[in-house]
Amino acid sequence: MSAGSPGALDVGRRRVIVGIRGWSLIIGLRSAVIGVLVAVGILVLALLALALGDFPLTVAEVVGVVTGRLDGLPRIVVLEWRLPRAAAAILFGAALAVAGAIFQTVTRNPLASPDIIGLANGSFTGMLVALLLLGGSWPLLTAGSLIGGLAAAVVIYLLAYRGGLHGFRFIVVGIGVSAMLASVNTWLLLRAELETALFASAWGAGTLNSVTAVTAVPAGLCILLLLLLVPLVAPGVRQLDLGDDAASATGVAVGRARLAAIALAVCLVSVVTAVAGPIAFVALAAPQITRRLTRSPGIPFVPTALVGGALLLGSDLIAQHVVPLTVPVGVVTVVLGGGYLVWLLIHESRRRA
Amino acid sequence: MVTTLTKPARTGHGPTRAAWFVVAVVVLVGAAGLSVVVGANPMSPGTVLGTILGGGTDESRYLVWDQRIPRTAAGLVVGAALGVAGALIQAFTRNPLADPGILGVNAGAAFFVAVGITFFGVTSPYGYVWLACAGALVLTVGVYTIGSAGGDHAGPVRLTVTGVAIGAVFAGLTTGLTLTHPDSFDRMRGWSAGTLLERGFDVVLPVLPLVLLGLTLALVAAPGLNSIALGSDVARSQGVDVRRTRLAVLAAVTLLAGGATAVAGPLVFVGLVVPHLVRWTVGSDQRWIVVGSLLLGPALVLLSDVLGRILVLPSEMPVGIVTAFVGAPVLIILARRRSASAL
Amino acid sequence: MSSPTDPDYSPLRAEGLGVRYDKRSVIDDLDIRVPPGSFTVIIGPNACGKSTLLRALAGLLPAATGSVLLDGRDIASFSAKDTARRLGLLPQGAVSPEGITVAELVARGRYAHQRLLRQWSPADESAVTEALRLTDVADLATRPVDELSGGQRQRVWIAMVLAQQTPLILLDEPTTYLDIAHQIEVLNLLHELNGQGRTIVAVLHDLNHAARYASHVIAVQNGRIVAQGPPGTTITADLVAEVFGLPNIVISDPLTGTPLVVPADTRLAHPVGRAEP
Repeated sequence: MSAGSPGALDVGRRRVIVGIRGWSLIIGLRSAVIGVLVAVGILVLALLALALGDFPLTVAEVVGVVTGRLDGLPRIVVLEWRLPRAAAAILFGAALAVAGAIFQTVTRNPLASPDIIGLANGSFTGMLVALLLLGGSWPLLTAGSLIGGLAAAVVIYLLAYRGGLHGFRFIVVGIGVSAMLASVNTWLLLRAELETALFASAWGAGTLNSVTAVTAVPAGLCILLLLLLVPLVAPGVRQLDLGDDAASATGVAVGRARLAAIALAVCLVSVVTAVAGPIAFVALAAPQITRRLTRSPGIPFVPTALVGGALLLGSDLIAQHVVPLTVPVGVVTVVLGGGYLVWLLIHESRRRA
Repeated sequence: MVTTLTKPARTGHGPTRAAWFVVAVVVLVGAAGLSVVVGANPMSPGTVLGTILGGGTDESRYLVWDQRIPRTAAGLVVGAALGVAGALIQAFTRNPLADPGILGVNAGAAFFVAVGITFFGVTSPYGYVWLACAGALVLTVGVYTIGSAGGDHAGPVRLTVTGVAIGAVFAGLTTGLTLTHPDSFDRMRGWSAGTLLERGFDVVLPVLPLVLLGLTLALVAAPGLNSIALGSDVARSQGVDVRRTRLAVLAAVTLLAGGATAVAGPLVFVGLVVPHLVRWTVGSDQRWIVVGSLLLGPALVLLSDVLGRILVLPSEMPVGIVTAFVGAPVLIILARRRSASAL
Repeated sequence: MSSPTDPDYSPLRAEGLGVRYDKRSVIDDLDIRVPPGSFTVIIGPNACGKSTLLRALAGLLPAATGSVLLDGRDIASFSAKDTARRLGLLPQGAVSPEGITVAELVARGRYAHQRLLRQWSPADESAVTEALRLTDVADLATRPVDELSGGQRQRVWIAMVLAQQTPLILLDEPTTYLDIAHQIEVLNLLHELNGQGRTIVAVLHDLNHAARYASHVIAVQNGRIVAQGPPGTTITADLVAEVFGLPNIVISDPLTGTPLVVPADTRLAHPVGRAEP
C-alpha cells in the first residue's frame, strides 16, 4: 500500500491516497477523522439504546449479551426488543441522509429534499387507504405506503415531462400533486375514528414504534443493498456540482446520471417511509451538518450516512427516554432539525456582521 | 443607448386585461351569489332573493342572514386577504413556491390554537381567532428578527429559510402536543383542515381592521415592488425606498395571512395558486396582480366552499381540502401549457 | 471513415447540421469543417446561434437534422467519457463548488480518465501539474477558487479543460467579463496551446481579436454560415456590414498585419443637449 508521497501535488486539503497496483482510492483526512468520531458516537448511543428502557440493564450486561456470555431475559430484551429498533434507526437515518445528499447535490440547492416530489404525502395516502379501506394489517400498510409514495413520484414525473424535465415545471407540478394528496390525507383523517386517526397521524409524523425484527430485517437488507449502489452513482453526481454543461464536457452522461441518482434516492426514502412513515428533516439536515463538519466542497457520502444514523438514533433515544410522553421520533427530528437550521442562521449572521 | 426602465414588460394588452378583469368580477359575483343560494338546506334562488329583500319565513331568514351571508362575507375576506398576501410574498421572495405561510404564520397560529385548546379549554371559533392572530404575529416577528439579523435587512432568501426552519419547529411542537392529547387532536384536525363552517360576523369583524390595513399597505407598496423586481439598485435610483417597501410588504403579508388564518384556519393553497393564475393572464405589473388576486382569491375560496357543501351531503368537506383539488389541476394544466414563465 | 493521414481529414465537422430549441429552428443545414491543428474562431452578432453551434459541435445539444462528426464518427455514437477524451469544452456559466481549491477544481477535469477504483493515478497527477503550469496558476494551487479574480478564475477553468488532455478544445466566449489585459492573456495562452498542436475552436465576440489570433474564421448569421476561411480574406468591410449591420472600414493592423475593423463614424452632427464650445 502506498500513501501519497510528500513531494506530490498539494491540493490544499489533506488527503491520503490508498492503493495498490493500479487501483487507488482518495480519502480526505478531515472527512475520515469526522467519520470515525461519528461512528464512535453511534456506538455510544447504541449502547445507551440497548441498556435503557423499562427493563434497565448495565453496560456490562449489554456487552455480555452481545458477546454471547449472558442468556435469559437480558438476552431477549436486548436482541429481540431493542436491537432491531436501534439497528433500524441507524440504517434508516443513513438511508435518509444519503438520499438527501443526492438530492441536494443533483439540484444544487441546499434546501432540497425528497419531500418536494410528493413522496411523503403519497406514502401517507397509500398507508391511509390501506388502513381505512383495506383492513390495515402491517404488510398491507407497508405495501400501501410503498406503492403510494412511488406512485406519487411517477405521476409527478409523467405530468411534468414534456420533451424533457425542466426545473420550474417539475417543481410546480410537484407542489400541485403534493397539495392534492395532502388534502386527501386531511380528509381521510377527518373522517376516521379518533383512535384510528391518532394512530395514523403518529405514523404520519414518522415513528419507530412499530419496528420489530420482522419489519426491520427486510428493510435493512434493502437499504444495505441500495447503499452499496451509491458508489456507482457518486462520482457522476459529484461532477454535476460543476453545472450541467461542465459535467457533460468532462464526460458525464448528464441525463442518465441524474435519473439514476434520483431513482436511487427515491428508493432509499421509500423503503424507510414504508416501515417508519415519513421522517422529516434528516434528509435535509444531515448532509448540511456533514458538509460543515468536514468543510469539504461537496457532500461526502460516507460521513453523511454516519451522521444521519447518529441523528436518527439520538432522536429516537430522546423520543423514548427524555420526553415525558411518547412522541413519534419524527416530531423530535423536526424540532431538532429546525432548531439546528435556526442556530445555523444566527451563527452565520453573527459571523458576517 | 439607455433603456428606459419604467415598468416591466407586460404580457397582457390593455383591452385583454380589461376583459379579464370584467370576467373576474363576474365570476366573483357569481361565486358570492352561489354561496348565498347553495347549501345543505336547499332553497330556491327566488326564496333567497325574497328573504334578502325583506320577506321570507323565520327559517329562511335564519339560514340566509345568520348562516349563509356571514359565511359568504367570511369567504370574501379570507380569499381577498390570502390572494393578495400570496401575490406579495411571491413578488417579495421572487420565488414561485412561496405561499404566505412561509413566514411562520400558519405554524404560529396552529401552535397557539393547540395550546389554547389543550391547556385553556378554548373551543369556539371566536376563541380561536384571538389565539391564531396572536400566534401568527408572534411567530412572524420572531422570524423577521432572526432572519434580518446581521445586515441585508430582511433579504428574501434568509427570511424564507428562517421561516421554514422556525415554522417546522413549531409544527413539530404542535404535532407532539396534539398526538399526546386526544381531545386536542380531535379539535385540531377540524381546525387544521381550513373551514368556513360556523365562521360568521363575530369571527370576521375583529379581524377586519387588520385585513383592511394589510390591503392598504399592499396597494401602497405594489408599485415599489415593480421597481424592486428590476434590482434594488435600479429601484433606489427610481426613488423607491427599498427598505421601507420591504417592511410594508412583510407587515401586509403578516396582517393579511394572519387575519385569514385566524378566521378559517390554514388555507395554504389559495395564496400559492392565485398569484400564478393572475400573473399568467394579466402580466407582471404588481399593481394589476394585487388587484387581480383581490378578485380571484375570494372567487376561488367561495367556489370551493360551495363545492364542499354539496359534494358529501349531508356532511361537509372543509374548504381547505377542496381548494387544493380546484386549484392544483389548474396550476398543473397551466404549467404544462407552452413555456410558462417563472416570475 | 477518414484518418489523420487523409488530406481531407478534419477532427470535427458538421454535415447538414440542424439544431432546434423548443420547436424553433436555431441552426439550419450547416456544413462546417474545422481544419486540423487550426485556431478556428466563430463570429457573429448576438443571438445568431454561434453559442448553440459550439454546443452542438461539442455534443451537448442533439442534432435535429444532419450530424456532427468527431474524428470521422457520429459524435452521438461515442460514450460520454469517450467524447470527453477527445474533445474538451469550456462552457459559459460553469459553477465552482463552494470552498473548492484550485488544484481540486483542475483535478475534476480528469473525470474521463478515472474509474471508481482508480481515483488518482500518476497520470492524473502529472496531467494536473502540467495544466497548472501551462496556465501559470501553479502558485495558486492551494487557494480557494472563490477568492480569485475574474482573470485568474478563467485561467483555472482553462486549466481544468487542459487536464482533460484532449487534442481538441472548444471554448464558449472565454474572454467575456475580462478586462483587456486579461483578455489578451487568455488569447495568448490559447495561441501557445495551439502552437503545441491542439486544435482550438472558440466563439469570440470581439472581431479584432478573432482577426488577430484565428487561423480560420467562421461567420454565422441567423443560424447559417455566411463565410468561412482565413481571416485575411474573410473579415472584410462588406462582410462585417452585412453580418453585423455596421458601416465600417477594414485596415491592416499596424502591428500584425491582420485585418482591423474600424467602425464608421456615425455620430450625429449636433447631438441634443451638447453645449456649444
